[in-house]
Amino acid sequence: MSHTLISGPHTLARRTVSMTMAWVMLALLPATLWGLYLFGWPAINLFALTLASACLFEAGALALSGRMVRPALMDGSALLTAWLLALSLPPWAPWWVGVLGSFLAIVVGKQVFGGLGQNLFNPAMVARVALLISFPLQMTLWVGPQPLFSDSAPGFIQGLAITFGGAAVDGYSGATLLGQVKTDFTLGKGLSESLPQGVDGFALSLGLSGGSLGETSALLLLAGGVVLAIIGVIGWTIPLAVLGSVALLAATFHGLDPERYPGPAYHLLSGGLVMAAFFIATDMVTSPNTRVGQLIFGGGCGALIYVIRTWAGYPEGVAFAVLLMNALTPLLDYYLKPRIYGRLRNGDPLPKESGRKAGEGQA
Amino acid sequence: MKLFTFRGGVHPSERKERTRDLPIEPMPLPRRLYVPLQQHIGEPAVPRVSAGDRVQPGQLLGEGAGRISAPVHAPAHGRVLEVRDFASPHPAALPVATAVIEVADQQPSVCRAVEDPFRLDGDTLARRIREAGIVGMGGATFPAAVKLGMARRDRVETLIINGGECEPYLTCDDRLMRERGEEILQGIELMLRCLDAERAVIVVEDNKDAALANLRALCTEPDRIRTVSVPTRYPQGSQKQMIQSVTGREVPAGSHSTELGVVMHNVATAFAVFEALVRGKPLTSRIVTVGGGAVPRPANLEVPLGTLVSDLLRYCGVEEDDYERLLVGGPMMGQWLPHAQVPVVKGSSGIIALSEAETRVSLPQPCIRCSRCVEVCPAGLLPLELAKRIRKEDIDGAGSLGLKDCIACGSCAYVCPSKIPLVQYFHYGKGQLQARAVQARKLERTAELAASKERRVEEMEKAKAEQAARRKAEAAAKKAAAGTAPAENAPKSCAIEGD
Repeated sequence: MSHTLISGPHTLARRTVSMTMAWVMLALLPATLWGLYLFGWPAINLFALTLASACLFEAGALALSGRMVRPALMDGSALLTAWLLALSLPPWAPWWVGVLGSFLAIVVGKQVFGGLGQNLFNPAMVARVALLISFPLQMTLWVGPQPLFSDSAPGFIQGLAITFGGAAVDGYSGATLLGQVKTDFTLGKGLSESLPQGVDGFALSLGLSGGSLGETSALLLLAGGVVLAIIGVIGWTIPLAVLGSVALLAATFHGLDPERYPGPAYHLLSGGLVMAAFFIATDMVTSPNTRVGQLIFGGGCGALIYVIRTWAGYPEGVAFAVLLMNALTPLLDYYLKPRIYGRLRNGDPLPKESGRKAGEGQA
Repeated sequence: MKLFTFRGGVHPSERKERTRDLPIEPMPLPRRLYVPLQQHIGEPAVPRVSAGDRVQPGQLLGEGAGRISAPVHAPAHGRVLEVRDFASPHPAALPVATAVIEVADQQPSVCRAVEDPFRLDGDTLARRIREAGIVGMGGATFPAAVKLGMARRDRVETLIINGGECEPYLTCDDRLMRERGEEILQGIELMLRCLDAERAVIVVEDNKDAALANLRALCTEPDRIRTVSVPTRYPQGSQKQMIQSVTGREVPAGSHSTELGVVMHNVATAFAVFEALVRGKPLTSRIVTVGGGAVPRPANLEVPLGTLVSDLLRYCGVEEDDYERLLVGGPMMGQWLPHAQVPVVKGSSGIIALSEAETRVSLPQPCIRCSRCVEVCPAGLLPLELAKRIRKEDIDGAGSLGLKDCIACGSCAYVCPSKIPLVQYFHYGKGQLQARAVQARKLERTAELAASKERRVEEMEKAKAEQAARRKAEAAAKKAAAGTAPAENAPKSCAIEGD
């Protein structure tokens, strides 16, 4: 090693790419395990299948493009992408939804662009949106929680039948909370009618309602996300901007018409918002470089999520919102560069007399 | 005193604990010294000795040449064996002209009687500092006298003394401040006198309590010389960042700090000024931290300049090449050394021999745009975008993103989770920018020369044409004078002449 020209620094921080990915997956683990427990064997099958096929697609794509398979596979990025995708699928979806999703995420969403770090859009969300548009039926069949080993839960064999055999099973509840409120909203029903008992924040935060794996426990996801932000794997800016803008919009409209628009608690705790805020919008590759850019990005994600949830055709808007803001990322990066030391924003040198105080307030 | 902060920065593990409490000890003179004639930024010194000459300690070996240069002196009594090219402490071990001195067994004392420097005027002080060969001792090695000269011209009010020592491992300045505080303060007084400046501020990072306490106790006139403690954060010791910490102002791009009314010198430079002006000892030795995991007996040594790094390592118990990586300076901005057969020079603040566990070499991975590099860049640049462009040879693109404003502190490469050698890219990019600038100047000069040649040729042809016309006119006039030519011919030839 010692006979190539090496420039400094000769000491490096410990953190590596694979450590970053590992931390994110570790933070997702509690919510994932809880979700797998709630939705039983079919969910476990789908989760395992999605992750395994993602690794195969990644390896295949790397081999096809003539790159070294091992180091890229070991960085954990494909695994994390598949993990996030699996968390956003209906837990009892058939096997091919997971496998096709992995293909869309890894091959179409990432490797086609040139692999890790090159993709413009969040690969997991690319796959989710493609699946949702192509297979609306399978992608919206939600099931109520049926914890492992409970009476109503399918056993291992039955689970295989659901995942691979397409066996129709009782217990499909049909709509998530967001979906139900959305349908009633479009029918002109008031909130007191569609949510007569009010929002059960406790059930939502623990995930005791229908939805995808990642929509289950807002509380566990929040805990994982906060840990990530505290140890510095992700920044605070994007999560807070996403949650903040949704809360702000929800509070505003709820204040204007409480009968039509549910309040912030309902929006923050339901659906995939917490997961989006801490785990999806914070994807480093597809979010902006600077604080200000991240603030606008996060705020935009939140606003779009609220708009889609409230007025657009889908009950949940996380994936669309994130993809739309992903498309803005290069623009945000282009216009919101930090100010260079000793220079004005436009790149000219600071004026010689008034250099005082110019050093503060930069992106 | 109100302090400010600078953008970005990192906090690498300090690793100063092994040498921080080791007092400075003199390194015994080796048998041979290899004193390079260029140990500074600028023109190399011109040799004033040749093979066979006997030299006394402090005797001039080479004289400063040109505006930015510094003289070099003999660290010991001995005989010049030869003046020849010898490897310098540089990643490519570039050879530079070097005086090889065989050190005599008996050494006279270096100190000489000098007149009281506190009675000298600024010009004389500046000249003495130049004659002593003092350069920036923090590693930049810019001739101190030139910097003082610029400061005198711009009438600076504040002298900032850099005791930051923000590089990991290094403790030489720390020890100097703890053990030789009085000498440093006298050196500062002399610099203030030379500058005719109002006040000096000694800036020390808050991980050096003992040094800070020692200096604080010695500063009896805080209005004139005072100490301040700043947070331990790399690159605190970088000139631009430290000036910002103290004054809250940024040095405008393309300007010198002296234009803001401040000038910065290292504590070790202040000590060298003291030694030169009070003790009459030109810069022929410096304090060097020998550290790193591969050094069994680390130390802070006062080393005669020209001592080979291999001698230093042997003195500290390192067996032949028993290390993973050898550095001169700190691990953040220090230079990698391909081998130890190079001399210690004026800017060598540390010799660091890293063990395998400390180097952690790994293959670079793709950039995941985590933007940690953007967060930590003290220059406010986008390291990931710069590297992306330089990789594609888009040097102009990198230039327009501010490549020239990079201070090469390495904070970005330090935090990079993908272990991308960002600083290497930037060095390359800056080299290319410079090469292009040279090329552009050449082209411009060529175009200028071509244009002037064209002008010359044109003028010559014009002159020729005029001459021809004149001759014709003269001939016509002659004819007219002969009385045979019609009268209307004359204005016609005038018209031709006027063409």
